Amino acid sequence: MRSGTTLREKMAAAAMVPIFGQNVSDKYDLVPDWTSREVSTGTTIMAVEYDGGVVIGADSRTTTGAYIANRVTDKLTPIHDRIFCCRSGSAADTQAIADVVTYQLGFHSIELDEPPLVETAANLFKASCYRYREELTAGILVAGWDRRKGGQVYCVPIGGMLVRQPVSVGGSGSSYIYGFMDSNYKPGLSKDQCLELTAAGTHCCCKACWELPSTVIHTLYHLSHSLYLSVSQLCLWRWRGDGSSGGVVRLASISEEGVERRVLLGNQLPKFSTH
Amino acid sequence: MGLSSHFFSYENHNVRLYKGSTNAAPLPAASITSFTSRKHKPSFNKMATLTVSRPLFGGFSFENCKRNALLEGEANKVGCSLPAARKTGTTICGVVFKDGIVLGADTRATEGMIVADKNCSKIHYISPNIYCCGAGTAADTEMTTQIISSNLELHALSTGRLPRVATANRMLKQMLFRYQGYIGAALVLGGVDCNGPHLYSIYPHGSTDKLPYVTMGSGSLAAMAVFEDRYKPDMEEEDAKRLVRDAIAAGIFNDLGSGSNIDLCVITKGKVDYIRPHDEANKKGVRTGDYKYKRGTTGVLTKAVTPLALEVVEETVQTMDTS
Repeated sequence: MRSGTTLREKMAAAAMVPIFGQNVSDKYDLVPDWTSREVSTGTTIMAVEYDGGVVIGADSRTTTGAYIANRVTDKLTPIHDRIFCCRSGSAADTQAIADVVTYQLGFHSIELDEPPLVETAANLFKASCYRYREELTAGILVAGWDRRKGGQVYCVPIGGMLVRQPVSVGGSGSSYIYGFMDSNYKPGLSKDQCLELTAAGTHCCCKACWELPSTVIHTLYHLSHSLYLSVSQLCLWRWRGDGSSGGVVRLASISEEGVERRVLLGNQLPKFSTH
Repeated sequence: MGLSSHFFSYENHNVRLYKGSTNAAPLPAASITSFTSRKHKPSFNKMATLTVSRPLFGGFSFENCKRNALLEGEANKVGCSLPAARKTGTTICGVVFKDGIVLGADTRATEGMIVADKNCSKIHYISPNIYCCGAGTAADTEMTTQIISSNLELHALSTGRLPRVATANRMLKQMLFRYQGYIGAALVLGGVDCNGPHLYSIYPHGSTDKLPYVTMGSGSLAAMAVFEDRYKPDMEEEDAKRLVRDAIAAGIFNDLGSGSNIDLCVITKGKVDYIRPHDEANKKGVRTGDYKYKRGTTGVLTKAVTPLALEVVEETVQTMDTS
């Protein structure tokens, strides 16, 4: 029913790798297919760097096949006080990697007796993702703030590459906004421009693919000095048909000293469309 | 054929119940009792020792996979097939209410298209304050919850504290991830600890979600529909029980893989109410009539008895090996 394949499936097709959990129960009609499918976060995640901090956002849908397993997922996972990661791909793989890196970074930080660098966290992610690249399906954005380099965004896609970028998008929904981001992002954006960019970007994403598996909640973490970012709603295509049309957005606004989370419900989102 | 048929059926049970775990080779009589489950007793006490028992290492041992494949080949040659792993096509769910957690489950276990157990128990004990419902392969959910329950008890003894639900969640997810989804256990874990009531859903590949209401199993869509309609935060216990009962009933009546009764488990601080069954949703019917006719219903007109002359042509004796 989803015309767009998940990033995972595309990658699997490219790599000729079998998708996990496929069809042990196909012969038994009583137990439907999605009970044995792996849980995936078909996703849109993005992270934007700017002077003084970073802004990160994600949707909140986790799917097993065509069923939405969790419509209020929090894909923005804290790794350390000022370092977060945005998770896309297999839910199990990314949760496990994030747990491992949280432990390793916490230990490292205690040894150093000072807050860890974002680059360190990104390298820890890369180490795990690269070493076990055949077994994992995880696309991760590491974003945070440290004293040495300020706000930073590192991209660790499937395969385990590591590259620092000022702005990065990820997940299966990201393909719809590459063009938009390329044409609209400029370095040195101000608070309001960042706001417009992200709002319009995700709205564009939503319009481009109404069946995009991204939903209800956008979680935003704002690691800087009073920057408000609103992420626009994404179209909802609900399997359960319980009438929750329209998206929900989580907004977060952080002062220089910390991290602030916010959630925007569907009816509070700005509307950028004429129809 | 006697010994080998015993041999075959015993190992069959091992293949089904233990899915290749530990060593299923025949053991001398003394150690058989330590090895069998409470559901299956060996039908013989004396047996020639063909292999020596080895100490068990942690985790699964895949030594018997080759032998199982061979046995399956032989079975197929004869024309029968090995029993399929019993799946619990299931409806399980849990909800957080004001004072704690209500867990619910149906009681049907299926083997392919046949109901293998009309009243199985899907709510497993993890610790005095934590219970876990299991969907998926029956053996996997049973053994996984038992392993974690045992480890959690040891952990509680070393920490000196009542175990936390987050700890059980961590242990379960790390084990399931280690086996990369091959352990087909989809769990709903709920309990009350020092930080309040907690509810987790755990998928076979090792991902978890912490939510106020969760459903799993083949009937989870029907149950989730009920939850999405009627869930409210901070419900009373009676409302929560009614909600869970209705959700499981929706699963039972709308999903073929779920059926029979509804079990509930209410966990609050300091108290656990394991209600089995809470609701017998599917009672086996009582026959209202009988098609047997009484002797004399049909009148007999004449009767003739003709003895047939039979003679023994051939006689063979087949010995049964009862050793």
